[in-house]
Amino acid sequence: MSAAGRDDFFELDGQRVPLQPGDTILRAAARAGLDIPHLCWHPDVSASASCRLCTVLADDRPVAACVAPAVAGQKVECRTASLDTQRLRLLQMLFVEGNHFCPGCEKSGHCLLQAQAERAGMTDLHFEALNPERPVDASHPDVLFEPNRCILCQLCVRASDEMDGKHVFAIGGHGIATRLLIDSPSGRLGDSALSVDDRAAHICPVGALLPKRVGFAVPIGERPFDTEDTRG
Amino acid sequence: MDTRPLETAAEPGGLRRIAIDPLSRVEGHGKVTLLLDDDNRVRQARLHIVEFRGFEKFIEGRPYWEVPVMVQRLCGICPVSHHLAASKALDRVVGGWPVPPAAERIRRLMHYGQIVQSHALHFFHLASPDLLFGFDAEATRRNIVAVAGAFPDAARQGVMLRKFGQEVIRITSGKRVHGTGSIPGGMNRAVDAHERDALRAELPQVLAWAQDAVELARRLHDNLPPRYADFADTPAAMMSLVGRDGAMELYDGVLRVREADGRIAIDGFDDQHYGELIGEAVKPWTYMKFPYRRSLGPDAGWYRVGPLARVQNCDFIPTPRAEAARQAFVAAHGGRPVHAVLATHRARMIELLHGVETVAALLDDPLILGGPLQAEGPRRPSGIGIIEAPRGTLIHEYDVGDDDLVTRCNLIVSTTHNNQAMNEAVRAVALRYLDGETITEGLLNHIEVAIRAYDPCLSCATHALGQMPLAVSLRAADGRVLDHVLRSSTGELLRDAPAHDAEAAQ
Repeated sequence: MSAAGRDDFFELDGQRVPLQPGDTILRAAARAGLDIPHLCWHPDVSASASCRLCTVLADDRPVAACVAPAVAGQKVECRTASLDTQRLRLLQMLFVEGNHFCPGCEKSGHCLLQAQAERAGMTDLHFEALNPERPVDASHPDVLFEPNRCILCQLCVRASDEMDGKHVFAIGGHGIATRLLIDSPSGRLGDSALSVDDRAAHICPVGALLPKRVGFAVPIGERPFDTEDTRG
Repeated sequence: MDTRPLETAAEPGGLRRIAIDPLSRVEGHGKVTLLLDDDNRVRQARLHIVEFRGFEKFIEGRPYWEVPVMVQRLCGICPVSHHLAASKALDRVVGGWPVPPAAERIRRLMHYGQIVQSHALHFFHLASPDLLFGFDAEATRRNIVAVAGAFPDAARQGVMLRKFGQEVIRITSGKRVHGTGSIPGGMNRAVDAHERDALRAELPQVLAWAQDAVELARRLHDNLPPRYADFADTPAAMMSLVGRDGAMELYDGVLRVREADGRIAIDGFDDQHYGELIGEAVKPWTYMKFPYRRSLGPDAGWYRVGPLARVQNCDFIPTPRAEAARQAFVAAHGGRPVHAVLATHRARMIELLHGVETVAALLDDPLILGGPLQAEGPRRPSGIGIIEAPRGTLIHEYDVGDDDLVTRCNLIVSTTHNNQAMNEAVRAVALRYLDGETITEGLLNHIEVAIRAYDPCLSCATHALGQMPLAVSLRAADGRVLDHVLRSSTGELLRDAPAHDAEAAQ
């Protein structure tokens, strides 16, 4: 193989992926139009490797593709039976930890969790549902916080920190008690510095942080993740 | 026939209990219990709704814009009715009532598509086996598969009529079942011209099928054995929306109540004040509430809703073929009010024909293709939406807080309005056909036939969370009652009230 070829590409499931300096595996793959399943990664904010859905085998070593540097000549495997099963279980755990009732959720058709579950072929919860009862925070005039749908991906945390410069959100607690915290005297969204115009108010991949009063405004068939099947 | 004493037997002890459980070919889960004495005389007959849904409770605390989609999940048969009733209520909350003309036309189109598909489903899939094969035909034949074998044309027409209605729903809501077209203040989509044209092309055939369905329902009714001429004849007042001109009106109108003898009792009643007209009672042996006219009280104030009420409550049907069928229906009964519940099937098919005609007219209306689709105005803290669902009058009411979350929800579903009427029909049939007889499966199906005529949706109708009176008895090993506590619908605990016979009836 030529030096130029080895230096400029890595291999993802047998396909050559061009590299740019500083690329992670996921960023290079995304630029090439190749899908590595993910939830907590967004091109506009730093990576956090919190959801682990993007775990791939890089030269046989498991790494989070959103933070692992892409290395020229590396052989990366994403679609293996073992990794697919691991992703399915991760998704199922996220579903049972919250209340993800897609039929009544305005994020349906826009929801990355729903889309990843569908792509992963998820047809049941597998684990026992925890059915949490976390109170909805509707105190903000323009943004709703539905904690029962939060998957702790930290995208809102990073967007508020890095793009809005407000530091409205943080992650607190440990283990199953981990939760999204809001920086305000009352701990409620209405008393925070969040504005509906902030990126943090729109970056949520699920239906946890939502601009108010616009739910279901986009018709079925025109939503980002609509397919022939979901058009009915 | 005075059937009221049969609601609660004077001495339930020692009576033989027969249960029809589950009821078949109805939506949802219910049962009928009969208590008979040693001579097979019927002493008690009740229709119980044994499932519990509780939507009224878990809608509380949800953002209001979620509600029109969420409440559709009450039902897989008439989700559009809940979708639109909730939307109409929340139109008021967002100051968007009336919605723009284009949105109003598209909603109507969706609604009449719902009427067509639901009525076709009920008549052909659920009810026709009884009418085609006989009430006491072999149980294994009383289903749509057997109908398809013996009467393939009728079965096919039923399937295709339903399909047409579902396609109307799809082009207006995005899905055949549980779409999202209607939102508070209007619609999120207009109709695509190509999809409209595809449905228009089917109209001549669909209209012919609907006309055939009216004729089939008439023929089946006319050919019933003479002993069914007064089957479950239970005189009742009739309630429905009508247009301000007295026309049949299924999407939006004013409330009219007609007495059982045909006199109009209440007319032009503003639907936003329904609470002054109707109250709701609860009973300890069923999850379904009992609505009643407040002016007459819980015992005498019951009434009937649905096709049989609507076809007789209106002055006319504003589409020509259905109006001709209505006039023939009225003439066939000598202009007298009809309360024999099997006539409901013919009334239902007249409405199906009206639904197809209305869909045809709306598909010709260029407004459905677009224009302003949403309106808004000053917020209000509450809203009421009333619609004529396939099974009858459907009421949704919501209070919404300043934070946009629903604080209270009240649903009075078509089947709930008909609760007492269905119980009366059960008792009338029990007395007329079962009393003193040796009970057979075929005879028990007679009771189901009467319930089925109402096309009850039991799933939709059970929301009395926290309001259910509850009777608890503590008995000694020999059966003696040691203690008895009754919790009233207001939560009050009563110890000295007479012991309820709930145990015997369950």
